[in-house]
Amino acid sequence: MRTFGANEFLFILTAMQWTALLSLLAFAFGGLVVLAIAMLRISKRPPLRLSAAGYIQLFQGTPLLIQLFLVYYGLSLFGLRLDAWTSVTIAYTAYAAAFLGDIWRGCIQAVPREQWEASRALALSYFQQLRLVILPQAVRIAIPPTVGFMVSLVKATAVASIIGFVELTRAGQLMTNATFQPMIVYPIVAGLYFTLCWPLSVWAQRLEKGMRVGNALGTGT
Amino acid sequence: MTYVFQFGIVFDRFGELLEGAWLTVQLAAMALALGMAVALTCAYLRTAGPKPLRMLVVAYVEAVRNTPFLVQLYIVFFSLPQLGVRFEANQAALVAMVVNFGAYATEIVRAGIQSVPVGQIEVGRALGLKRFQIYRLIVLFPAIKAVFPALASQFVLLLLGSSVVAAISAKELTAIANTLQSTTFRAFEVYIVVAAMYLAIAVGFRAFFAAVYWFVFARGRER
Repeated sequence: MRTFGANEFLFILTAMQWTALLSLLAFAFGGLVVLAIAMLRISKRPPLRLSAAGYIQLFQGTPLLIQLFLVYYGLSLFGLRLDAWTSVTIAYTAYAAAFLGDIWRGCIQAVPREQWEASRALALSYFQQLRLVILPQAVRIAIPPTVGFMVSLVKATAVASIIGFVELTRAGQLMTNATFQPMIVYPIVAGLYFTLCWPLSVWAQRLEKGMRVGNALGTGT
Repeated sequence: MTYVFQFGIVFDRFGELLEGAWLTVQLAAMALALGMAVALTCAYLRTAGPKPLRMLVVAYVEAVRNTPFLVQLYIVFFSLPQLGVRFEANQAALVAMVVNFGAYATEIVRAGIQSVPVGQIEVGRALGLKRFQIYRLIVLFPAIKAVFPALASQFVLLLLGSSVVAAISAKELTAIANTLQSTTFRAFEVYIVVAAMYLAIAVGFRAFFAAVYWFVFARGRER
C-alpha cells in the first residue's frame, strides 16, 4: 500500500490542469454557441426564439450527469467513436451554452428599450443596433454574472469524473484507491478546487459591487 | 444511422424508475426542509450573531460555494468514516445535500435580510422587541418573500445536482438508470426517459413553488 506523499500530491496537482482546461474549453466554445443563441432568443421570429428557449429549458431542467451519458452514448449511436476529451468537451459546451445563453439574454434585455428605439430612429439595421448600441452596454452588465458562472462551470467539471474522465476529482479517487487515505486526499482535492474558484468568486463580487456604484443605466443588481 | 430505438424494454421496467424517482423527490424534499433550517439559523448568526460565529458562517458558506458537490459528497461518504462517522449511501447523500443547500440558501436569505429597510428594524427596536423577535416577527417574512424565486431556482439546481449521488450508489433515479442500462444495454433509451423524468420533477417543483408563493406571499396582500 502506498502512503500519501509528495508524488501522490503532484499527481493530483497535475490533474488540476485538466479541470482548468476543460472549464476553459467549455467556456470558450459555449460562449461562441451562445452568441448565436442569445440573438435567436431576442429575435422577432417566434420559431427561432422558441427553439432557443426550449434548448435552454431542456439543459437547465435535466441533470448534467444525464446529459453526459446522453452525449456519450448518443454520439456512438451515430457511429461516432469519439475519445473522452471530445465527447466531454461537447457535453460541457452544450451545458455552458444553455446557462450563458440565459444570462446574456437577460443582460441584453436589461438595456433600456429607448436605446433600441433611438438607434432605430437613426436608421440603423437590426445588427447595427446590436453591434453599435446594445451590445457595448450589455457586455458591461454581463461581466459579473458571467464570472460567477465560471465558478459553477469549474465545479461542474467534477461530474465528468463519474464517466471516467481524468481530472481533479478522478485523480483524487485514483489516489484514494491507491493509498486508502480519503481523509487526506479529498480535503486536498476540495482545497485545490477552492484555489481555482475562490479568486473568481471574489472577482465576481467585486465587479458586482462596482456595478452598483455610479451606474448610469440603473440596471445593476 | 441504422440504430433501432427500443423504448419497450425501458417501459417494461418503468416501475423501478418510478421508485428511483420517488427517492430522488424524497431526498430533495428532506434536503429542502433541513437545508432551510440550517440557512435560517446561519443567516441569523451571519447578520446578528457574535463576531466569531459570523466568521464561522462565512467560512462554511465560502467553503461549500467554492467546491464541487461531488467532492463534498465524497468527503461525507468516504472521508468521514476514517474519523468514525459512518453513513449509509442514502444518508450520506442527504447529509451532503443539506450541507450544500444550507450554504447557498444561507447566502440567499442573508441577501433577503439585508433588503429589508432599516426603518422597519428600528421600529421593532422602538417597540422594545428583542433581537431575535425582530428577526422572527419583522424581518423574516419580507426577507424570504424577496428572495423566494432565487431559493426556488437554487433548489432546482440541488435537485438536478443530486443525480451525482449515484456515484456512491444511493438508490435514486440515476443509480436505477445505471443498473437498468447495464442489464438492458439500451443506454440511450434509458437516459432519454430518465432525462424526461427529471425534467418533469423539476417542472413539478417549480409549479409547487409558484403555488406556495401565491398562497403565502401574494394572495390578499396587494398592498
